[in-house]
Amino acid sequence: MVDLSRLYDVLVVGGGNAALCAAVTARQAGCSVLVLEHAPKPLRGGNSRHTRNMRTMHKAPTSVLTEAYLEDEYWDDLLRVTGGQTDERLARLTIRATADALPFMEACGVRFQPSLTGTLNLSRTNAFFLGGGKALVNAYYATAERLGIDILYDTEVTDLVLDDGFVREAVVTSKGFPERVRAKVVVASSGGFQANLEWLKQGWGPAAENFLIRGTPYAKGRVLRNLLDQGVASVGDPTQCHAVAIDGRAPKFDGGIVTRLDCVPFSIVVNRNGERFYDEGEDVWPKRYAIWGRLVAQQPDQVGYAIIDSRAERLFMPSVFPAIKSDTIEGLAEKLGLPPAKVAATVRAFNAACRPGPFDSSRLDGLRTEGITPPKTNWARDISVPPYIGYPLRPGITFTYLGVKVDENARVLMEDGRPTANLFASGEIMAGSILGKGYLAGFGMAIGTVFGRIAGREAAKHARN
Amino acid sequence: MRETESVQEARRAMDICNACRYCEGFCAVFPAMELRREFAAADLSYLANLCHNCRGCYYACQYAPPHEFGINLPATFARVRAETYEEYAWPKPLAGLFRRNGTIVSLAAALGMALALILTAAIQDPAVLYSPQHGPGAFYRIIPWWLMVTLAGGSFLFAVLALAMGFRNFWRDTGGRPDELTRGRPLALALHDILTLRNLGGGGGGCNDTGEHFSTLRRRFHHAMFYGFLLCFAATVTATFYDHFLGRVAPYPFLSLPVLLGTVGGIGMVAGCGGLIWLKVVQDQAPVARRLLGADYALLVLLLLTAATGLLLLALRGTGAMGVLLALHLGIVLSLFLVVPYSKMVHGVYRSAALLRHALERNPKPADHPTDRSAGSTA
Ligand SMILES: Cc1cc2nc3c(=O)[nH]c(=O)nc-3n(C[C@H](O)[C@H](O)[C@H](O)COP(=O)(O)OP(=O)(O)OC[C@H]3O[C@@H](n4cnc5c(N)ncnc54)[C@H](O)[C@@H]3O)c2cc1C
Ligand code: SF4
Ligand code: SF4
Repeated sequence: MVDLSRLYDVLVVGGGNAALCAAVTARQAGCSVLVLEHAPKPLRGGNSRHTRNMRTMHKAPTSVLTEAYLEDEYWDDLLRVTGGQTDERLARLTIRATADALPFMEACGVRFQPSLTGTLNLSRTNAFFLGGGKALVNAYYATAERLGIDILYDTEVTDLVLDDGFVREAVVTSKGFPERVRAKVVVASSGGFQANLEWLKQGWGPAAENFLIRGTPYAKGRVLRNLLDQGVASVGDPTQCHAVAIDGRAPKFDGGIVTRLDCVPFSIVVNRNGERFYDEGEDVWPKRYAIWGRLVAQQPDQVGYAIIDSRAERLFMPSVFPAIKSDTIEGLAEKLGLPPAKVAATVRAFNAACRPGPFDSSRLDGLRTEGITPPKTNWARDISVPPYIGYPLRPGITFTYLGVKVDENARVLMEDGRPTANLFASGEIMAGSILGKGYLAGFGMAIGTVFGRIAGREAAKHARN
Repeated sequence: MRETESVQEARRAMDICNACRYCEGFCAVFPAMELRREFAAADLSYLANLCHNCRGCYYACQYAPPHEFGINLPATFARVRAETYEEYAWPKPLAGLFRRNGTIVSLAAALGMALALILTAAIQDPAVLYSPQHGPGAFYRIIPWWLMVTLAGGSFLFAVLALAMGFRNFWRDTGGRPDELTRGRPLALALHDILTLRNLGGGGGGCNDTGEHFSTLRRRFHHAMFYGFLLCFAATVTATFYDHFLGRVAPYPFLSLPVLLGTVGGIGMVAGCGGLIWLKVVQDQAPVARRLLGADYALLVLLLLTAATGLLLLALRGTGAMGVLLALHLGIVLSLFLVVPYSKMVHGVYRSAALLRHALERNPKPADHPTDRSAGSTA
């Protein structure tokens, strides 16, 4: 039984990757550790349970990574996606530390896939978890249990009582009952606030009501809000979130990876009024899926409809929801709930703007429209071979950028720049310090793992002083 | 394969898995799935039989219950598998034996034992049955040689025929052609997978035999049982050979080949079956298709009894218990042979066939399957 009246060395708030890495590290350093996870056991693990890989620096091929991926290339990749909104010192520290993360993970029972069968081309930069993020989270929990870490599920931290930069106690609701928890050091690893629609509305207005949340419903940012309200320094744009276009039929929360829809480059996308609004063929999908969330969010009712013909059906990963099909464009429009005449006119105009030429789905083929706005600058092949196929699109929120500011020891900083006395943070809750904008596949787990370990190490150091 | 509720549920699950693919390193099911975009009933029959029920994908699945997608592949595939056994059974009128299979297998075993006892008692002088018998031909004084050979040989040949027909039905249904069966490399690969149970390894780290934690116990117990069974079979064959061609009549001394093979095999089977039964009792029941457990238990118990009575017979063959034990043992062996084509035992045939199909798919003749991965995105 977990005894909440005792004084723990380290209290870890959250139950995802960042929390568990901190907890295990602190425990290995000899501390007594308590983990408080808001979710019930079957849904534990936050967004981490939806992940599949971690971007990992390596100087030579390993059993799970091909070739080499060095610090400077990693850094360049990060610089490109963030447009410079990153902290070079923290970023490089993270990048370098990913190189030693794999042995730690393996020692914790995390297993990796030898190499990927598909052609995602990520096996050079990203290490894939065997069985995905939930298997990873399971491995960490098993390790935590084995090491004697106390874990409480269904327990939400509502307040970390800060007194002049010192956390006095944590106010929690455990399985419905109010409790107070004392610990020498606290590590906040409770993720972002992307599941908090009210908060999202502050940046997006009522449109946020129609957003789908790709991950856990438990990332409500309660601890983040609580800390910021008590004068902790914030970092990252408070209004922004990583939004991708996903299948509009996805569940409100926790739809995860299977709701993605990769058909946009081979389609035309219309809004509720049957009008196109952006160049669908601007670039390859891995480089564009993240801007489409925003694009769709700006359309009426935050919905878009991708339309393809039967020739394009095999060009992308199958979607989990059935394709909506019809032998005529009008029929398809009707099934999608769109104005048939308008959609037919849009398709006609698009088809008329297509030019003959070789179509190649595997590269930027330069096959572009002429004479329409917006243009389609690649893969512009007419939509003319029935059956016609449609998919609804909605913005799917992956994570938010706003976080608490930390230093290189994962120590949380106050607004006036002073360090807090006994508060550390890891993962999504401080990721804004490094990732101010954009996203690099596999970087979320890199930040969580690296800073989780740093936070655990520093927390242990502090607790034993 | 016909459309059923289980097949539809498997299709729903495969559509989700195929968009996810996180489990692709666990077993053969996922690479096989990735070669398809739509899943006909026959495809699902193939995939279900390819599943070794290691349960790895259940614990790793972010869509497992209570998630609204409620993915539980081991249970879903187990239900489909049970239906495929019925679908491919030969002769067709006996397919119904797969319903309430646990009861039927148990009844058959009980009947087999009773029949053997009654028959021997009726044919033989009771005195022979209860007094110690020694020397060459001792067994045949209990049950005449001709009767043993007719019953055992007849039921064995029938079982082989029925299983072969089942194989043929599965092969045809899942789109196989006869000429594929002659390609050497896929055959070798499949044989390797069958004999090592490679797919019962969770991609290298072991299976979720009892729950969240990983172990290789089920694989090892299965090996003990399977190879034990083969050794026992080899013992029978050598004994027949001794008897027939060398003119050496059973029972054989302990240090003879048939007895040694049978002893080691019997111990393997007892340990293997016992272990598998134990795992079934203690395992987390969430990824289990509960209503099929009866059939699993029935066959395991029958196999265990076969081996245990055989060992007991060996130990007590010099005593007055030998007569009854021999009758019992042969009754059990007889019922085992009889129920084999209509019991969980058929999984061996269909799983092997599925592994062969998979090996063929992995080694296609030129100009096959492109991948549809090229446009994929990832988070
Ligand atoms: C569908 C999807 C796929 C992704 N794929 C990848 C990928 O392949 N690679 C990658 O690097 N990144 C990926 N990401 C991003 C990645 O999930 C995150 O960057 C990472 O999981 C963050 O880890 P974390 O531990 O900080 O947060 P989380 O894993 O979200 O954990 C937060 C935890 O805190 C708990 N919590 C929240 N509030 C409280 C509270 N008040 N009290 C107690 N507990 C609380 C939550 O229940 C949860 O357990 C993906 C995200 C999504 C949505
Ligand atoms: S079992 Fe779950 S995690 Fe595994 S591939 Fe299927 S949907 Fe994905
Ligand atoms: S239970 Fe095991 S063998 Fe079956 S599909 Fe899942 S991982 Fe593969």
